[in-house]
Amino acid sequence: MSYIDAENLVKRYGAGEAAITAVGGVDLGIDKGEFVAIMGESGSGKSTLLSMLGGLNSPTSGRFLVDGVDVYALTSDERADFRKRSIGFVFQNFHLLPYLTLAENVMLPLAIVKMGKKQKLSAAIDALARVGLPGKATRLPNQISGGEQERVAIARAIVNHPPIILADEPTGNLDTHTGSEIMKLLTALNHEKITVIMVTHSNEYAHHARRLIRLSDGRLADEGTVLRRPESNGIKSDRTQKRRKAGRKEKSLT
Amino acid sequence: MTLKNIVISNLRRRKARALFVLVGLLIGVSTVVGLISLVKEMKNDMKHKLEMYGANILIVPKTENLSLTYGGMSLGGVSFDMQEIRQEELTKIKTIKNAANVAAVGPMVLGPITVGGHRILLAGIDFTAAQILRPWWSVKGKIPTREDDIIIGSDASRIIGLTVGDTVIVRGRALSVTGVLEATGSQDDGLIFAPLASAQDLLGKQGRISLVEVAALCSGCPIPAMVKQISAVLPSGNVMAIQQVVKGRMETIGHFQKFSYGVSALVLLVGCLMVLVTMMGSVRERTVEIGIFRAMGYRKSHVLRIILLEAGIVAAVAGIAGYFAGLGATGLLLPLFTEGQGHTAVSLDPVMAAAAFFASILLGIVASLYPALMASRLDPNEALRAL
Repeated sequence: MSYIDAENLVKRYGAGEAAITAVGGVDLGIDKGEFVAIMGESGSGKSTLLSMLGGLNSPTSGRFLVDGVDVYALTSDERADFRKRSIGFVFQNFHLLPYLTLAENVMLPLAIVKMGKKQKLSAAIDALARVGLPGKATRLPNQISGGEQERVAIARAIVNHPPIILADEPTGNLDTHTGSEIMKLLTALNHEKITVIMVTHSNEYAHHARRLIRLSDGRLADEGTVLRRPESNGIKSDRTQKRRKAGRKEKSLT
Repeated sequence: MTLKNIVISNLRRRKARALFVLVGLLIGVSTVVGLISLVKEMKNDMKHKLEMYGANILIVPKTENLSLTYGGMSLGGVSFDMQEIRQEELTKIKTIKNAANVAAVGPMVLGPITVGGHRILLAGIDFTAAQILRPWWSVKGKIPTREDDIIIGSDASRIIGLTVGDTVIVRGRALSVTGVLEATGSQDDGLIFAPLASAQDLLGKQGRISLVEVAALCSGCPIPAMVKQISAVLPSGNVMAIQQVVKGRMETIGHFQKFSYGVSALVLLVGCLMVLVTMMGSVRERTVEIGIFRAMGYRKSHVLRIILLEAGIVAAVAGIAGYFAGLGATGLLLPLFTEGQGHTAVSLDPVMAAAAFFASILLGIVASLYPALMASRLDPNEALRAL
C-alpha cells in the first residue's frame, strides 16, 4: 500500500444521459516523498483529479486513502482538519488575498491554529525566507511581481509543514525563467521529503517530477517514470518506459 | 493572525460594503432610539407640566344636584348648603396604599360673604398646601401668616376696591389684606382667600370642608387607583381625577407611541433587508476567497464565524452611532413636539444605549445568518472554480 492510494476514483457531473464523466476510474499509488506531475489535454480531468486528491471534491465512486485513512469517509469537519494538517495548495492564479500583507497571507492557514501571535509571525517570515522573499513581509500582493506572488502562495502552502503539496498549474501564469525558478523551489521542497503532486501542461516543467501521469478523457493514458536528467532536461516518454519495463506497471529509476 | 484580523482587514478594504451595512442598521437603530426617546421625553414633558399644573384629584361631597364649575373644570354636583366633608377624615388620605405619591392635600371651605355691599365667595385654604397646588399664583404683597390675614383675587380687588394694607370687617371681624393675586384667568380672581380655620369660623363651618384638592406626583403613579383608594377611605366624598386634558394628551402620546413602534419595526425590517442583500452580495463576491479558506482547512463553522463576525462588528458600530444619532434627532425634534415649553432636555439613558448596542448586533447577525450559512455551505471545489 502506498502513502497515497486512489482506488478506482470516478467523478461524474450531472445525472442520466447528460452526465459527464470527468474522471473515469483512476487507480493510483504515490509514495511518500514522491514528485508526481499530472499532464493531459484541457478537459482531461487533471484538475478534477487533483481536487479529489486534495480532499476538496467527493468522488462519485471509489476510495481515496492517505496514510491508510479513507479521506472521503471522514465528515466535512474531519476532512477540513485533514486538509489543514496534510495538504498545502498552490493555485495557478496564486489566490492571494489582496487586502492582506504577504506575511498575513502566509499566516492564513495558521489563523485557525492555536499558536501564539509571535510564533505565527515567525513561521510566516521563515516560510517567506524559504521561498526567497525575505524582508518583504509587510508588502501587499499588488506590490510584487507574479513570480513573487507564486512564491508567496508556496510559502502559504508550506507554512504549517504539510506532508503533501498539491500544485495546480503553478507556472501557468509565469514566464519561462520565473516558471523554472518556481519548479526549482518545488523540487527543493520535494528534497525535504514533501510529497509534491503537480498538474501542468508543460513538458519542460514536468521533467522536474520523478513520475509522470498522463490523463486522457478522465482515464490514465500513461503512467511512467520520468528520468530526471538536469543536464539535458530530458524526459523519457512514458511509452518508451512502458516498452522497457514491459510487464511492470510502474518502476522508479531514481 | 486570527479570524478577527481577517475580518477587520476585509472591512478596511471593502469600506463601501461595510458602510452600506452600517447605514442600513444605523438608520434602523437611530429611528427606533429617536422615536422611543421622543415618546419618553414627551411623557417626561407631560409629567413636568402635570406637576406644574397642581392638583389632579378633587374630593367633593356626594350630591345629586347643583352643578358647579371651578377653575374651568367640572367639580361634579356640589352644593354649598349640603353636607360637607369632615376635616378630621382627611388624615385618612395619608393611609392609602399610594400615600407616598401624595404631594399635597389642600382642604378648602367655601361660603358667601358680603363685603362693601358685594356678595363674594370666601375660600378658606391651607396656604402652605396652596403653594404646591397653585404654583402659578403670583401675589402682590404677602401670603397670609396670621389668622386675620387675607389675600384677594384681582377682580375682587378691583370691584370692591380693596388693596394691600386695607382692613375689611366681615361678620364683625377685622381682616387685613396682605396681598392681591395677579390675574390668573380662573375663578380665583373673584375670591377672597383666608386661612382655613378663620374661614371656617366666619362661615360657621368649623371642622367642615367643602372640597379637597390633592396633588399626586404623576410619573407612573396610578391616578385611577389612587382615586379608588381615597374613595374607600372617604365614603362621604366624591373623588374625581382632573384628567380630562391630561388624559386626552396622554392618549395622543399613546397613539404616537404605537405609531412609533410600527414605524420602528418597518424601518428595522428595511434595515435588515439592506444588511441581508449586502451580505449576500459580499458572499458572492468572496466565493473564491471562501474556497481558499476551505482548501486551507477552514471548517464550515470558521467561514460562518468570519461572516457573522464581520456583520457583528459593523452592527456594533451602527448600534453606538445609531444611539447617538437617534438621541440627536430627538433633541432636534423634541421642541417641536412639546411646543418649545417645559422639559426639552434629552438625557443619556445607559439602559437604552446598551439595548441599542446589543439589539443592533443581534439584528446584524440575524440578518447575516442566511448569507453566512450560504457561505459556509459553499462547495470548496466549486468555490475555487468560480473565478
